[in-house]
Amino acid sequence: MIRRVLPHGMGRGLLTRRPGTRRGGFSLDWDGKVSEIKKKIKSILPGRSCDLLQDTSHLPPEHSDVVIVGGGVLGLSVAYWLKKLESRRGAIRVLVVERDHTYSQASTGLSVGGICQQFSLPENIQLSLFSASFLRNINEYLAVVDAPPLDLRFNPSGYLLLASEKDAAAMESNVKVQRQEGAKVSLMSPDQLRNKFPWINTEGVALASYGMEDEGWFDPWCLLQGLRRKVQSLGVLFCQGEVTRFVSSSQRMLTTDDKAVVLKRIHEVHVKMDRSLEYQPVECAIVINAAGAWSAQIAALAGIGEGPPGTLQGTKLPVEPRKRYVYVWHCPQGPGLETPLVADTSGAYFRREGLGSNYLGGRSPTEQEEPDPANLEVDHDFFQDKVWPHLALRVPAFETLKVQSAWAGYYDYNTFDQNGVVGPHPLVVNMYFATGFSGHGLQQAPGVGRAVAEMVLKGRFQTIDLSPFLFTRFYLGEKIQENNII
Amino acid sequence: MWDLVLEDRRINSLRLVAPMWNGRIRGIHRLGGAVAPEGNQKKKRTILQFLTNYFYDVEALRDYLLQREMYKVHEKNRFRDKEWIRPDKYGHFSQEFWNFCEVPVEAVDASDCDINYEGLDNLLRLKELQSLSLQRCSHVDDWCLSRLYPLADSLQELSLAGCPRVSERGLACLHHLQNLRRLDISDLPAVSNPGLTQILVEEMLPNCEVVGVDWAEGLKSGPEEQPQDTASPVPA
Repeated sequence: MIRRVLPHGMGRGLLTRRPGTRRGGFSLDWDGKVSEIKKKIKSILPGRSCDLLQDTSHLPPEHSDVVIVGGGVLGLSVAYWLKKLESRRGAIRVLVVERDHTYSQASTGLSVGGICQQFSLPENIQLSLFSASFLRNINEYLAVVDAPPLDLRFNPSGYLLLASEKDAAAMESNVKVQRQEGAKVSLMSPDQLRNKFPWINTEGVALASYGMEDEGWFDPWCLLQGLRRKVQSLGVLFCQGEVTRFVSSSQRMLTTDDKAVVLKRIHEVHVKMDRSLEYQPVECAIVINAAGAWSAQIAALAGIGEGPPGTLQGTKLPVEPRKRYVYVWHCPQGPGLETPLVADTSGAYFRREGLGSNYLGGRSPTEQEEPDPANLEVDHDFFQDKVWPHLALRVPAFETLKVQSAWAGYYDYNTFDQNGVVGPHPLVVNMYFATGFSGHGLQQAPGVGRAVAEMVLKGRFQTIDLSPFLFTRFYLGEKIQENNII
Repeated sequence: MWDLVLEDRRINSLRLVAPMWNGRIRGIHRLGGAVAPEGNQKKKRTILQFLTNYFYDVEALRDYLLQREMYKVHEKNRFRDKEWIRPDKYGHFSQEFWNFCEVPVEAVDASDCDINYEGLDNLLRLKELQSLSLQRCSHVDDWCLSRLYPLADSLQELSLAGCPRVSERGLACLHHLQNLRRLDISDLPAVSNPGLTQILVEEMLPNCEVVGVDWAEGLKSGPEEQPQDTASPVPA
């Protein structure tokens, strides 16, 4: 209410110079301070309610250039690259809105943490290669003064994908693409496989591809905390709250073929505080949807998908949460220290965990077996019936094992083609997506963050061209199918 | 300091030189700390090198002594043209080095070098490398170890002693090096459980002699093994 009575220049002036501001990135946020002082003075004057005692420090700021919905690894990566690539220090004000600061259901923390370049799409391979070099030099990218260096606990043991007869040809062509992009992958026959890994039973395996470098697994929490720490030091604001509403304005325009099109622009994001009805309208220029498994709800709030089906207005964001289980077991005679992350022909996968003969793994269920994503309860029967038999077939030592624990996490599953959605929406012009990676978001986060930041700041993809991943493909029906989804 | 060796080499040459230095140059080494004797000598060499980088006369003295030792070593072991090639006082290699362009490099000693992930490009091209020493290289970490697989056909000896960033996760990628006969993994501070790691690495490389960690290191001595020095007589 007070905002309306303040002079107009205070409210909207994102680009105008206000009295008292200086060039050069004075980090004390004079604009905010001056407006607060004016508010306080006005509230002392007679006739107004005295709001001096109202503390708004828990609320997000009233203005922010970019609002990133979702504080997981993708959201933080976009925030980091926005701050890295901005033209001068302090040019962009970024706010990250995260509903749950404990990250109890966020896909990042519950991830197995693998990174591999064995994809079929060149863009995916390039993203993974960049992420590997990002992780390798993480202490140069994410260095914060006086803070200890990050230890990602990276295991460079590689991925071993096994293919049956019918998938062998596809695997060979995939490896060719991977090698062209610069990934170091070697193909192995069943004999070579038995030679190298004597604990494998090669029955049913026609070909195997083994990543030699830049592949393995690491600690996703460390990456998340490192990004969070660095991003806070770069001046990004964090807010714990839930986005409940977008206030937008529409404009009817004509295309070159004289067809009417309604373009929407989001002006305000309403951020509701936890366990209260209080909300803060944050005025913003750009909204980034990095909400992971819940991206579709955020997109629906912006009006994406409201329209007759088959039209661009009626195309919803096809990302939904899918629950996946990870089981940890102990097997004293299991495969040794050299074990890569093995992905079986049946879709079951496992890897070593630590020095003490512990392994973790799981399997993606088929469409009919999909568990209910309403909660993160673990179904132990799934391991007994659907995972263990395949593991025991592939690695005979796993016939005797003991499950120690298990957990479940969400994939932000893109039901269209299981690949990410990156870039602006064609109709809601200032909403950018960075979601839908269906289980390989963590390993592609650095590259995707950079791509979205380039799109926001420069208007096009510069380093890695992710135009096949734009939203328009859902309307046009152009599927870019990724064959190697674990 | 880069030391290359061509043709047939002896590991002994390097070890012969170090103890002799110990005899000549005393007084600089007052190092405490519970380090194995081997490690102690390595630390002394570091102090000497540090001093060498700062004082020309120390450097000159060291080079002079080195020349004398090399001469003695030549006499004793009768190498035929088989010496380590080292840079001279200014860090330049002698002109004769260029005559050896075609000769394959067999051993590289990159101890205490600042070699990093990109720098390994140069080493990986040496297809006949038999011995590689990366002792106390501060930038060699797990990512670097994952790059060593191209040397699998020829590499027989690898030393990673004292590298502060190498952990058991990097050691897991050494299983590609099936021709390895000697692996030194002593004094790796980043390895969480050295005894267990030694066992797992030995299982991973059955033909290799893994040196550096005693498997009993993690075991604590029982109460009955406490020393009773005061009671025992001093041996004559």
